[in-house]
Amino acid sequence: MKLKTFKLGGIHPPENKLSAGAPIEILPPPGEVNIPLSQHLGAPAVPVVKKGDKVKVGTLIARGEAFISANIHASVSGTVLKIDDVVDISGYRRKAVFIKTEGDEWEDSIDKSEELISEIKPEPIRIVEKIKEMGIVGMGGAAFPTHVKYMFPEGKTADTLVVNGVECEPYLTADHRVMLEKSDEILSGIQVMKKAGKVDRAIIGIEANKPDAIEMMTKKAENIPGVEVVPLQVFYPQGAEKQLIKALLNREIPSGKLPLDVGCITNNVATALAVYEAVQKNKPLVERVVAITGKKLSKTGNFKVRIGTPAGKLLEALGEEIPAHTSKVICGGPMMGKAVNSLEVPITKGISGFILIDGSEAGRREMENCIRCGKCVYVCPMGLEPYLLERLAENKNYGGCETSGIVDCIECGSCSYTCPASRPLLDYIRYGKASVMRIMRERRQK
Amino acid sequence: MSKQLTVSLSPHEKGDLSVKQIMWGVVIALIPTFLASVYFYGLNSLRVVFLSVTFCIVSEFLIQEFILKVKVTAFDGSAAVTGLLLAFNVPSGIPWWQLLVGAIAAIGIAKMAFGGLGNNPFNPALVGRAVMLASFPVQMTTWPEPMQKIWTFGADAVTTATPLTSLKDAIREGKRIVDLADLIPSYFDLFIGNVGGCVGGISVVAILLGGFYMLYKKIITYHIPVFFLLSMVAFTGVFWLIDPDKYVDPLFHILAGGVMLGAWFMATDMVTGPMSIKGQIVFAVGGGILCGAIRLFGTYPDGVAYAILIMNAFVPLIDKYFKPKRFGKEVNYEQ
Repeated sequence: MKLKTFKLGGIHPPENKLSAGAPIEILPPPGEVNIPLSQHLGAPAVPVVKKGDKVKVGTLIARGEAFISANIHASVSGTVLKIDDVVDISGYRRKAVFIKTEGDEWEDSIDKSEELISEIKPEPIRIVEKIKEMGIVGMGGAAFPTHVKYMFPEGKTADTLVVNGVECEPYLTADHRVMLEKSDEILSGIQVMKKAGKVDRAIIGIEANKPDAIEMMTKKAENIPGVEVVPLQVFYPQGAEKQLIKALLNREIPSGKLPLDVGCITNNVATALAVYEAVQKNKPLVERVVAITGKKLSKTGNFKVRIGTPAGKLLEALGEEIPAHTSKVICGGPMMGKAVNSLEVPITKGISGFILIDGSEAGRREMENCIRCGKCVYVCPMGLEPYLLERLAENKNYGGCETSGIVDCIECGSCSYTCPASRPLLDYIRYGKASVMRIMRERRQK
Repeated sequence: MSKQLTVSLSPHEKGDLSVKQIMWGVVIALIPTFLASVYFYGLNSLRVVFLSVTFCIVSEFLIQEFILKVKVTAFDGSAAVTGLLLAFNVPSGIPWWQLLVGAIAAIGIAKMAFGGLGNNPFNPALVGRAVMLASFPVQMTTWPEPMQKIWTFGADAVTTATPLTSLKDAIREGKRIVDLADLIPSYFDLFIGNVGGCVGGISVVAILLGGFYMLYKKIITYHIPVFFLLSMVAFTGVFWLIDPDKYVDPLFHILAGGVMLGAWFMATDMVTGPMSIKGQIVFAVGGGILCGAIRLFGTYPDGVAYAILIMNAFVPLIDKYFKPKRFGKEVNYEQ
């Protein structure tokens, strides 16, 4: 049988899912955590603790006050050392709350038991409040505050919840493991989200390179009405929401619109787990599963870690040294992730893995002339012309960039990946896109 | 930790295909055609191919090293492809100095003067051929008979006419196709290449082998060759149906002359073709029709080279009007 996938563009890079077989291990709280105040898309949270305060696991330490923002909670128990700058994965210095760990005491309101709670008591509005209160954000990478997705603008309704278990990026395995080991919780979380969004149908999309996860989720979802598991052909960037909705429902989100405009809400499987814990167990987002992987590591793994743990602790937990010729560390997937300059960066809510890249694969090939092969055009999942956008952006022709649809670019990197001449296509497109978006903002303000 | 880490923008993963691989892939795809030409035209063919490739690579090297003073990319395979295609577009008896003129025109004028690989609007090999045809009309239309004197060098071989030339002359004299059976070679001879013609334009089977190799290696897509040949069949087929006495059947048209070589190896030149699939189809259909029109109504017996060169000139316009289908641009989804 031919599996579903999206039709326009796309690539299939080597999968390299090295850590797929490693069960989730629990990383004990580190001696100190640095919890950044800006882990999500939108405005940074405002701190509500000060130096010397005692906190428990789950104590609110910063409040998301803007419409698009998220609450942040202490991930360890102990004493607030200071609120100071820390270099996060963006490479910039950002404000963070430093907490010295003392014991592992949790807030009393949190249900730490393993017991599965399927019955959903709160009303939809209360669920959304709870999601907001517990600081849940999208855990697939973009870290968009989840509650905002369930606060529909006037007149909008949704009919389908699209659950993203695609994990189309090479190497990453955190979602895969979560689906295998926490399937009941995820499905319960999906029921919670269905209720919050007032939808009857949920579709879980999983790529065919995770047959065990497909089997597990399908088996567990059998007796749950309105939940369907759909295996998808392995194709990048299927995890992007526009491509995923196209693949699963054949609905095309119009340019500049959101999933809700085609009646969909999209959430990651790890987010579903976090929603379950928030709503049913009263547990804020204080820990998540992160993969640590790389071709030169003798062991790879998936760890449940406290938010704010330095990335280097993952290697320590594996009992591995950083391999000799490692010359790049990627936070996230190799297609869209960020290269970081140190393993000291704190793990935040949106980080699903760290990849250690060997020196031989870390650099870029030398750039050559564009030979107009058109491969960037074939692989663009948004139907854009990357070669043209590159040239327009390079010449600062922002008008041309705008009419050629540069703001539609989802920055998946398929064009740069494919280009035989190793043109820095996406680099220029990002630059052009940022400039066009700035110009559009200024135009609106006039 | 004191380790120096590379920080760069995503994507951090890179596909394998490189310009060099594409160009040498095309060279490999041209090997069957080369072997067929040596089989039918012997050492002369070897001489033409060797000289043409050498002239092209050396002129690119000299221009880059001494005139433009830029990084030398003469060995990236693209000059070799131009050299091969130029050789395949001339008769095997061509004098060496005429080939040199063609190579300089192809590399110097058509390619390097426009900024080198990727920037040339016209197919370099075809420009070289056009210059040679205009400059040396006699030698460029003197066709050695296949399988004759294959162990000798030079232009003293027994000559023949190409099937297309003899047909065109006969029709011009008012003869009917049915009376020309002895002028038209069997489809089998056309298919394997046992006819008079250019060095590399004769053997359909060898060209197809190379074409399939390029499809398999994903160097080209099927669109350009298929639509080029189909539109040629459609155009010449209409006239054949109207008047089979005056017009030869479409199968003959796509088997004879340089159409196969053109459709698979020259119209598919990435640099001088459109970017989007839609544009490539328009380009190929236009090329097929022009080629048919030149053959039926033009002065030249074959029309492939000019058909492709004319379509090359339309590429910027085609690229402007035939854009890929944008995601989310033409949807009317009602919730």
